[in-house]
Amino acid sequence: MADSFSIENEMNGRRRFLVAATSVAGGIAGVGIATPFMLSMMPSERAKAAGAPVEVDIEKLEPGMLLMVEWRGRVVWILNRTQEMLATLEALEDQLADPNSEKDQQPDYARNRTRSIKPEILVAVGLCTHLGCSPVFRKDIAPEDLGPDWLGGFFCPCHGSKFDLAGRVYSNLPAPTNMVVPPHTYLTDTRLLVGAESKESA
Amino acid sequence: MMKLRTFLFILCMAPLSVFSAPAGMELDEAPIDTTDNASLQRGAESFVNYCLTCHAASYMRYNRHRDIGLNEPAVLERLVYTGQKAGDLMLTAMDKKEGEEWFGVLPPDLSVIARSRGADWLYTYLRAFYRDSTTVPGWNNLLFDRAAMPHVLYELQGEQKLVVETVGGEEIESLELVKPGKMTVSEYDHYVADLVNYLVYLGEPHANERKRIGIYVLLFLFGMLALTIALKREYWRDIH
Amino acid sequence: MSKGLNALKDWIDARFPMTSNWEAHLSKYYAPKNFNFWYYFGSLALLVLVNQILTGIFLTMNYKPDADLAFASVEYIMRDVNYGWLIRYMHSTGASMFFVVVYLHMFRGMLYGSYRKPRELLWLIGMGIFFVLMSLAFTGYILPWGQMSYWGAQVIVSMFGAIPVVGDTLTLVLLGDFNLSDATLNRFFAYHVVTLPLMMIVLVFVHILALHEVGSNNPDGIEIKANKNPETKIPVDGIPFHPYYSVKDIVGVIAFLIVFCTIVFFAPEFGGYFLEHNNFIPANTLQTPDHIAPVWYFTPYYSMLRAVTVNFLWIDAKLWGVILMAAAVVIFAFLPWLDRSPVKSIRYKGPIFKFALTMFVISFFVLGFLGMEAPTPLYTLIAQIFTVVYFAFFLLMPWYSKIDKTKPEPKRVSK
Repeated sequence: MADSFSIENEMNGRRRFLVAATSVAGGIAGVGIATPFMLSMMPSERAKAAGAPVEVDIEKLEPGMLLMVEWRGRVVWILNRTQEMLATLEALEDQLADPNSEKDQQPDYARNRTRSIKPEILVAVGLCTHLGCSPVFRKDIAPEDLGPDWLGGFFCPCHGSKFDLAGRVYSNLPAPTNMVVPPHTYLTDTRLLVGAESKESA
Repeated sequence: MMKLRTFLFILCMAPLSVFSAPAGMELDEAPIDTTDNASLQRGAESFVNYCLTCHAASYMRYNRHRDIGLNEPAVLERLVYTGQKAGDLMLTAMDKKEGEEWFGVLPPDLSVIARSRGADWLYTYLRAFYRDSTTVPGWNNLLFDRAAMPHVLYELQGEQKLVVETVGGEEIESLELVKPGKMTVSEYDHYVADLVNYLVYLGEPHANERKRIGIYVLLFLFGMLALTIALKREYWRDIH
Repeated sequence: MSKGLNALKDWIDARFPMTSNWEAHLSKYYAPKNFNFWYYFGSLALLVLVNQILTGIFLTMNYKPDADLAFASVEYIMRDVNYGWLIRYMHSTGASMFFVVVYLHMFRGMLYGSYRKPRELLWLIGMGIFFVLMSLAFTGYILPWGQMSYWGAQVIVSMFGAIPVVGDTLTLVLLGDFNLSDATLNRFFAYHVVTLPLMMIVLVFVHILALHEVGSNNPDGIEIKANKNPETKIPVDGIPFHPYYSVKDIVGVIAFLIVFCTIVFFAPEFGGYFLEHNNFIPANTLQTPDHIAPVWYFTPYYSMLRAVTVNFLWIDAKLWGVILMAAAVVIFAFLPWLDRSPVKSIRYKGPIFKFALTMFVISFFVLGFLGMEAPTPLYTLIAQIFTVVYFAFFLLMPWYSKIDKTKPEPKRVSK
């Protein structure tokens, strides 16, 4: 009494081809199914709307003052630097890791010593590039805890990273790069748009 | 196998069933086409002008209208009046409490109204208002008796009056235009059709994209069906 | 390369029964060679289960089980979440298709006597899966918090109140409040996404284990294990599940996906049967919709609930309705002991059984149709008649299956 199957044709050319073709098609189907599921985990329309560019009026921002605004749920600093503050930027450069902003942490129009469009106005995401704590604005000069060389800047309390008043990181500290300058533009002389280069591209 | 066929037959008949209409009123078929962007854009403008004052479409974002050919500057120019942003939800300016005081009930959110009522119901409803001094808003509706909503499109359609004729002992109700509005009857019907078309789009903004993707998915599956049948036949040559 | 793979295989096999399980359940699991159309639905049910779990996980990422937020969060999924509409439609269509597939799978069992000895326990585990599936469907239908969700749940929960003595307490335990409320929605969400799916997965696993212990039935209803090749000990009418039935089931899967995707992409509401129109109105605790009907897969039982209009013995009509409805589902579990026919398959059963089964199918569809319609005196009468027919199929089976004129079963499966 014979069994009802015989594997005599095992893996002939046609069979091999069909198995390969079905596997490829199945693979395509798998990628096709996985794609919408993966995309669904990206920010939704609500998140995108909440992360829309923010308009800020900086007319009343006095020299030396720091304004914090929220963009995409993160703090963005707008610092109006005095002439004395700007003068510190050059003096510190030998202590900085990337004084010329060579790493891509800012748009091209902020790749300069002040890391800004207008020299006195700094716009930066207020998060340390080490592990995301928000550094403290320390404009006091040569305080006890930061030492006599401190000319004002940002100090991260979590792991001790230091940044100057243009958000440039001091070398030999945990944070690897300068702070992020977000895309921004001036709609008028005193109206700042944070998060986009123009209203249309928003 | 008979049962299978019966089953499939019933399965095929099922989609024919439509929204239940209230007894006594035939619904007019809404002449709509959700692929007609010009019509949808006209409907969107009417919606913002007339409906959004009291009703919200609070699940819909203004910038979603890119589906119907309105990019963000166009949306801001043609649909947004209240200084909202393009990414905002289409909320109504009316306060909830005031709404309830004015109309007795809160005007419902219209985001998915076309999915609960159906296009034909809306098309018939918006054309079936008539003057009725016995109701609070001064209007009544032949399809939806004692609707709390006044005839918002009154200046476009004009004023209708209820006519009751007795034919063979049966009362037949119909409407007669007694005071013409800014539009002719046919113009008004087109206007309402555009609005209803938009409401259908509003109920499911992704519907057109869904159908477009569906065609590719099915084409792929039919190709795969042929392949798997060939594979199955090849293997089953072993079986005797 | 293949040497390395073999070494890896040996390494795993020394620590985990990989190859032995592969052989026991796939490559050396011998299934009868004569499976027909009806044998696709088991593997398809598994496919739909995977679909429900996968899409369900992604839905929970954005759904909010809160009476104030639930309806809006579903629309948020439909509009704001990338491809949320696709995931939601796959889940809602999957729910209905789960019942289509499971009903056909159960009907296959009734056609070919798959519930008979030695597969009684397999059938009972399957009934357990069916009960869990119904609970999943019910708890899931509440989640969108539309009008039908709310009032449908109201009706079902009220049924438990009909149970004597414990009914009122049971209702409170179910609701977690004095009426159907946020607390109810929140706990039904917990059942729907944790408790019931876990039970389902365990039961499906046990169902397959039981199947592979006794072996599959087939359209001839004879045991292929009774006739083994004396040398190889392989049933002469058996073929390895893999590759023969795996390649065959893939064809079934693709054919099913064509139907499934046609619905998902072109008719996700399915004319109001898969997604009811009234459920696009947010739940309103003060106003019942004009006409409420459960989703199609519950309507046969729902019509029986409504069909009882008289008090009988010391039990009132409401409780009778609930008893009948529950009995209509539970009675399937008794089939292994109700069927006294000497043969299993309908192919060799006599005309009485064929007639009875046809009447059963008709009554199932008629009751299903009536359950969607608003009750009228005529409809109620028809529902009463077919409720009797439905139960007669089961309750008279011990008698008619015995006196029926059967044909002799063959020794080998027919092609």
